Amino acid sequence: MSHAAVQISGVRFTYPDGREALCGADLRVEHGQRVALLGPNGAGKTTLALQLNGIHRPDAGDVEIGGLPVTDPNLAEVRRRVGMVFQDADDQLFMPTVREDVAFGPANLGLRGDELASRVTKALEGVGAAELADRAPHHLSGGERRRVALATVLAMRPDVLVLDEPTSGLDPAGRRELIGVLQGLPITQLAITHDLPFALELCERAVIVDGGRVVADGATADLLADEELLHAHRLELPFGLDPRTVPPSRPR
Amino acid sequence: MHAPDGFLNAGTAVATGAISAGALGMALRQTREQLGDKQVPLAGIAAAFIFAAQMFNFPVAAGTTGHLLGGALAAVLLGPAMGAVVVAVVVVVQALAFADGGLTALGYNVFNMAIVTAFGGYAIFRLLRRILPRNATGVIGATALAAGLSVVLSATAFSIQWLFGATAPVPFDTVFGSMVGVHLLIGIGEAVLSGMAVGAVLAARPDLVYGARDLDRAALADRPAMGMREFVIAGLLVALLFAVVVSQFAAPDPDGLERVAEDTGFAESAQEHALGGGIFADYATAGIGNETLSLAIAGVVGVVITLAVMTGLFMAVRDRRRAAASGPTGDRTAA
Amino acid sequence: MGAGHAHPLYVHEHSPVHRLAPEVKLAAAFAFVLAVAVTPREAIWAFAIDAATVGLVIRLARLPVRFVAARLAIILPFIAFAFLIPFVASGERIDVLGVSVSQVGLWGTWNIIAKATLGAGVSILLAGTTEVPQLLRGLERLRVPPTLTTIAAFMVRYLELLAAELGRMRTAMTARGYDPRWLWQVRPIAAGAGALFIRSYERGERVHAAMLSRGYSGAMPTIDERVASRREWLAAASAPLTAGIAAAVALAVVA
Repeated sequence: MSHAAVQISGVRFTYPDGREALCGADLRVEHGQRVALLGPNGAGKTTLALQLNGIHRPDAGDVEIGGLPVTDPNLAEVRRRVGMVFQDADDQLFMPTVREDVAFGPANLGLRGDELASRVTKALEGVGAAELADRAPHHLSGGERRRVALATVLAMRPDVLVLDEPTSGLDPAGRRELIGVLQGLPITQLAITHDLPFALELCERAVIVDGGRVVADGATADLLADEELLHAHRLELPFGLDPRTVPPSRPR
Repeated sequence: MHAPDGFLNAGTAVATGAISAGALGMALRQTREQLGDKQVPLAGIAAAFIFAAQMFNFPVAAGTTGHLLGGALAAVLLGPAMGAVVVAVVVVVQALAFADGGLTALGYNVFNMAIVTAFGGYAIFRLLRRILPRNATGVIGATALAAGLSVVLSATAFSIQWLFGATAPVPFDTVFGSMVGVHLLIGIGEAVLSGMAVGAVLAARPDLVYGARDLDRAALADRPAMGMREFVIAGLLVALLFAVVVSQFAAPDPDGLERVAEDTGFAESAQEHALGGGIFADYATAGIGNETLSLAIAGVVGVVITLAVMTGLFMAVRDRRRAAASGPTGDRTAA
Repeated sequence: MGAGHAHPLYVHEHSPVHRLAPEVKLAAAFAFVLAVAVTPREAIWAFAIDAATVGLVIRLARLPVRFVAARLAIILPFIAFAFLIPFVASGERIDVLGVSVSQVGLWGTWNIIAKATLGAGVSILLAGTTEVPQLLRGLERLRVPPTLTTIAAFMVRYLELLAAELGRMRTAMTARGYDPRWLWQVRPIAAGAGALFIRSYERGERVHAAMLSRGYSGAMPTIDERVASRREWLAAASAPLTAGIAAAVALAVVA
């Protein structure tokens, strides 16, 4: 297989209000890799993520998912391949019950009946939320909500998982449960995050995005050890954390 | 405003129901063309906003409070078609899930609270935009006046329906006078709140105000100050003037008028020529001092409401056509 | 009126009324209130039968009487208006407790009170025994356009969220000493409404993006396909039939 899980080449994107969010972003992610997307607020991380499944389309440059270019005729397949977990789980959980919400994606893929039901059950079991199926999304705790949001995406059996600030707003236990779930998933993962210990623990590779392009790329521990680099891009390790003393995340 | 069952007769309920359903169907098609597959999430959450905005209690005087109704505000922010859809959804869900407003009253409640306020309010808004300066203050002023008048228009629509479907022997002019009088006061609050809410949106995301899409950045940045206190006092004065004019027509003392009529031997003849008695509810016209005048007012007012609503509908259609002709719009996605 | 609460009326219970298919309940409720609406007001006995029917179904649904009574209060302003009618109404006057009132006016008062109370009772019964998503599904099966019901479903989903945002906004204002008493002090409230609109609109766009990401192409997939049985229709029809027969007999007697 010569093609990558994700291939972004020279992507430029300007918002309708004139704000230039991406100016020549390049990124290649191999199959099964877990990559942390770091960078200050407004650097273009979320905009970059939304290019991956064609919510935004580049003004210039190309995006390919597993060798498949993101173009109109491929849009349905691209959106099946790329699972997007949004930052605010309330944006993602829009149906009246958890079960219906998890079923939304696979039902759009054409699944019905028992096949659909078993897809839903498996996805919920995968994130340890099987008992939440009949609850209303707005009655869930923050951690439950985040895991259910993940299940809605996993139910579509994606090849690439894109997570936008997956740990924000979670209590330590909820964060730990989420990390456990993500570590057990054998698929390509891209996580936008400000949570550097999370990046260090989950992802073997990290890239820093700033000013609409990728400005640094390397092993997560190496990037995080470079104090000057972090400082230049408004990043900072939590007090007391030394990435050189942490055992490295194991690439599978 | 959420009338319960039994206020108007069954025939009026069914007739207004049919009109509302028709108008709503049209508005749904319009928003579909306007927004494509964005229609459901945007309209749904906008409806939640209007519902929540109705919970925004604001002070009126000396600590008493009122709350927003939101029909005209929705029309200015979202366009008349989507505004009507959104408020109608709110009214229907309030009746079904909150038992607020009768099931047989849904026809006229939707008509008065959603169709009249959104389409009628938007027509007034557009007319005022022509008169007022082409800047942010002009939009805010037009919103405020349109919002205030839309509430009065809604109350008037109810009075007209009373003329056709009264279930109690209260003359049309009494109902008309008191409905309009009370809603003039409510309208002031609606005007102030709607105007300033649109002002706040204009300052932060002017691209989200449907009714100001014709203005460029320079015109939007031009916002001559408008004093809050002056605005409220001016509103009160206009309302008072209006109330005085209306009360001239409405019989302030029906008994007195009746006695005059009896004394002059006018009562019997008035009873007999019962103008248009066939279609009007007997109750609503019985005991009106000057029946011809009252019905003439009702007729004129009815025509005005119909015109306003039809103008709003027409504008919604025309705006769409223009937008369609000038290429794809509506993609206002932002991170 | 209509303001101040973001929680639908649903009361969790396991009663035969709760179990009925939503489209059946909706159709029965509409038919019942329509029958009440055409009942001539002089037929007090017919309203008594209607009231007994509603009372019986409320018992069957195990809705707490206090809950029903509290919710009935929503029509109080209109009842108050109804009591004004005899004083402003035209027509022959009679003396009640030494006050001259209109006789037909009194009938008008009775008419509104009876029909509004019965109507509100039915609405409370419907809302109290049917969850909102079910209500909307029922509407859809009664041929209401799915676009409308889906918009309503989204509204209900995000209502509590927006109401909570609103609450936090008000708390933040109060925390900084904002206690308005006059209309010209409302600017912060209006600015809050404007901010809430922008947030709502942006949330709408994010939700749309989330829907697209999971393959949405303009139509909601239908998942639940339970159809009401004939027995359900028959059982639910008994209430509006009773009211309908009462109304028909009353109309015949009056005519």
